[in-house]
Amino acid sequence: MERLLIQGGRLVDPGQGVDDRLDILIEDGRVERIGKGLKAGRGGETVEAEGLIVAPGLIDMHVHLREPGQEYKETIESGTRAAAAGGFTAVACMPNTQPPNDSRPVTEAILKEANRHGYARVYPIGAISKGQKGERLAEVGEMVRAGVVAISDDGWPVMSPELMRSALLYAQHFGVPVIQHAEDLGLGADGVMHEGEWSARLGLPGLPGAAEDLMVARDILLLEQTGGRYHVAHLSTARSLELVREGKSRDLGLTCEVTPHHLLLTDREVADSDFSTQTKMKPPLRSESDRLALIAGLQDGTVDAIASDHAPHHADEKDVEFSAAPFGIVGLETTLALGLDRLVRADLVSLYRLVELLSTGPARALGIEGGRLAPGDVADVTLFDTEPRRMVSPKRFQSRSRNTPFLGWRLRGRPVATFLAGRRVELS
Amino acid sequence: MTELSWTRKDLLGIADLSAAEIQLLLDTAESFREVSLRPIKKVPTLRGRTVVNLFFEPSTRTRSSFEIAEKRLSADSLNFSSATSGLVKGESLVDTALNLQAMSPDLIVIRHGHPGVPHMLAKRVAAGVINAGDGAHEHPTQALLDAFTIRQHKGGFEGLKVSIVGDIEHSRVVRSNVLLLHKLGAEVTVAGPRTMMPVGVEALGARAVYSLREALEGADVVMMLRVQLERQSQAAFPSAREYFELFGLTQARLKAAKRDVILMHPGPMNRGIEIASDVADGRYSVILEQVANGVAVRMAVLYLLSGVHREAE
Amino acid sequence: MSPEVHLKRTILESKQISRIIRRMAVEILEREGSGKDLMLVGIRTRGVPLAEALAAEILKIEEVEVPVGVLDITLYRDDLSTIAPQPVVKETHFPTTLSDRCLVLCDDVLYTGRTIRAAMDAVIDFGRPRVIRLAVLIDRGHRELPIHADIVGKTLQTQANEVVDVHFTETDGESKVLLLEKSGG
Repeated sequence: MERLLIQGGRLVDPGQGVDDRLDILIEDGRVERIGKGLKAGRGGETVEAEGLIVAPGLIDMHVHLREPGQEYKETIESGTRAAAAGGFTAVACMPNTQPPNDSRPVTEAILKEANRHGYARVYPIGAISKGQKGERLAEVGEMVRAGVVAISDDGWPVMSPELMRSALLYAQHFGVPVIQHAEDLGLGADGVMHEGEWSARLGLPGLPGAAEDLMVARDILLLEQTGGRYHVAHLSTARSLELVREGKSRDLGLTCEVTPHHLLLTDREVADSDFSTQTKMKPPLRSESDRLALIAGLQDGTVDAIASDHAPHHADEKDVEFSAAPFGIVGLETTLALGLDRLVRADLVSLYRLVELLSTGPARALGIEGGRLAPGDVADVTLFDTEPRRMVSPKRFQSRSRNTPFLGWRLRGRPVATFLAGRRVELS
Repeated sequence: MTELSWTRKDLLGIADLSAAEIQLLLDTAESFREVSLRPIKKVPTLRGRTVVNLFFEPSTRTRSSFEIAEKRLSADSLNFSSATSGLVKGESLVDTALNLQAMSPDLIVIRHGHPGVPHMLAKRVAAGVINAGDGAHEHPTQALLDAFTIRQHKGGFEGLKVSIVGDIEHSRVVRSNVLLLHKLGAEVTVAGPRTMMPVGVEALGARAVYSLREALEGADVVMMLRVQLERQSQAAFPSAREYFELFGLTQARLKAAKRDVILMHPGPMNRGIEIASDVADGRYSVILEQVANGVAVRMAVLYLLSGVHREAE
Repeated sequence: MSPEVHLKRTILESKQISRIIRRMAVEILEREGSGKDLMLVGIRTRGVPLAEALAAEILKIEEVEVPVGVLDITLYRDDLSTIAPQPVVKETHFPTTLSDRCLVLCDDVLYTGRTIRAAMDAVIDFGRPRVIRLAVLIDRGHRELPIHADIVGKTLQTQANEVVDVHFTETDGESKVLLLEKSGG
């Protein structure tokens, strides 16, 4: 019998509504007891957590691990190491690999590789359509049996309303949510940044917010008819958020996530950085009013999760003309620190709410274990310290890629350790 | 009297410049205009300096204007254009920049289809970089020569009503001109079909109107832009005929402007689409003066930039 | 740190300058005849008031109006690569064609001779004068090129660390010539 006591920390667990100085006793990978003055007992190990925050393991529900197919950008190993370094015990990986995760063998291969390394749990997300082509449904049942927890064609939106309706209906057989990269490609297809004042100044083709809003609106209309669960990935506009808020008020099975960069940066950054390709992603950095609306969405509970949309790209791919650069930035190793410093310390959300957005919320949206440390729950734990200051230094990243717009940001707060089923994750 | 001196390594856009810097460029260009009137149109100023003209997009007038300016300053110029060099072979821009850097040029003049490329290059090379047009972003030397031409005719800019008409969204000439004229105190109006007006255009410092009549009313300066209907996505405008009907400049329509209006066009013109021939060649037109002034302005830019000591990052 | 400059002594006062310029005008006329094909060309900045003053004297003496040109030699300097930022370029202007003229370059101080070299190159790009002469108010020596002045207002023995500072009413409010000394630096 293995015993581990995490002692003296402040347990912040929105899964059971707890925020108090409590010890956690873990036995054989599950939470045995929480309480004050617990003892590890004979043969048990004790982790001193005095001055630290103890939280249910953080879950990033939207990452790109790039394996199979683009191992020069990221591998399952390097991506899960990055997760652990960033304080995450679990990630959900999008299916736009090469080949895409649209079938059982790919799902199995991903899980096998993830288990071999064991730095973080990997929850594969399967493709909605075969080859992510947006035409015919993939074998969702097979993939779910192999371990897929949701379906999405992320990277590409599901343009066909027919296919989206089928996906919403069919996914209900297996109890998984449908995750949409909400963008109507029929509007602003050649865009590279948010359409607005700054695209006007810079002469860059715009990606209108309406392209996202159209898609969210359409999908909510479909969801009203089909039932089931629908999740908006990386929601970025005020109007889309309003649509989700209204949909939730009618108890539709509707959830959404936002990214740290959409919460902290705006389209102005493209100009201020002199066309840095680290400011290019999809959805694009939006206007200040969009950004403020997203923060309001964190505060009023409309937003279910913060997800990084960790999208590694090789330096050579990003070191090109703005218009030619690929969309996306990495986020696993900056998300927690950004949240602690720029959201909690800036008094925009409470620490409790941040943990909810990074752990309990994504667990619920995906319908997976985790996000709570009540007796009997799996003992995935994140320890972090809100005090130390550190500069974002991509050279220290565990990820194979370093494409971040947060280079050089001074942030206060950092992850200290992660535990998977009661075992400390070692990165050495 | 303290005279402002030029300290920038690069000329990337009007957005970066102060009104005083713009005036210095225009004043310097005034002195260089005289060189083009001499029997020997050449001065030894940039003897031994190397200027690379890097054109990733076809351009006749801007490139030849820069070339003439370089030759009149006795610089050695080298031309790379996408049609004639390795630029088409898929070499990355960074590699192109490093290769150029290895040849240690003093100045690089660059035209590229993507906004921000001159900025990217400027960070990589020790040479001074001159933006000769980056996508729909900026075309600073065009705006300077336009301003130079306006100043010759109108004396100054304060309160001057300048109207720019055409495809505002896809025009780098507009962006640089609006920024420049706004900084010098002119009242700038942009006009065109609503489908060719960028969202957020007011941020540039211009008033947007959607009728030619409104744009021309009381204008001191009218600038017509080249409209490339073939480049538009199908939704922007249905036909050239309809464009001319709504926004084409004719003698009759120009009567709404001030009596001493000057008419400008950055070229190349689409006669019969944005401008009727008799107007283009008529008494208000200063279009060919713009071309002549382009050389003086570019000489001034080359001269000022070549005096800045620089180090690569 | 830039060197400190302080006044050593005043070389010429306004009245002395006027007298010297009158004498220089006479010398020009004596050398070059009636002044019919003369043109005075002032080298910017302080060669210009000198040329204008000489022209005024010639008008008084001979009742001939001598055309005065203005020459900016910036574009012909041989030290552009060593100075930064670039000096301001001003316009060059000649009232008539230079061909077959007797052209007198005017400058306030003759020192290394490099300015005059640049001025001659510039002039030749504009045309082919019959002769080019040089008139300077002060010749302070230390030549670096084989150049000499034909008409000199005053010859002055100077040290390399000294500066001859010429003021004219038109450019500086009053006319005088000062000898300054650089120290430190």
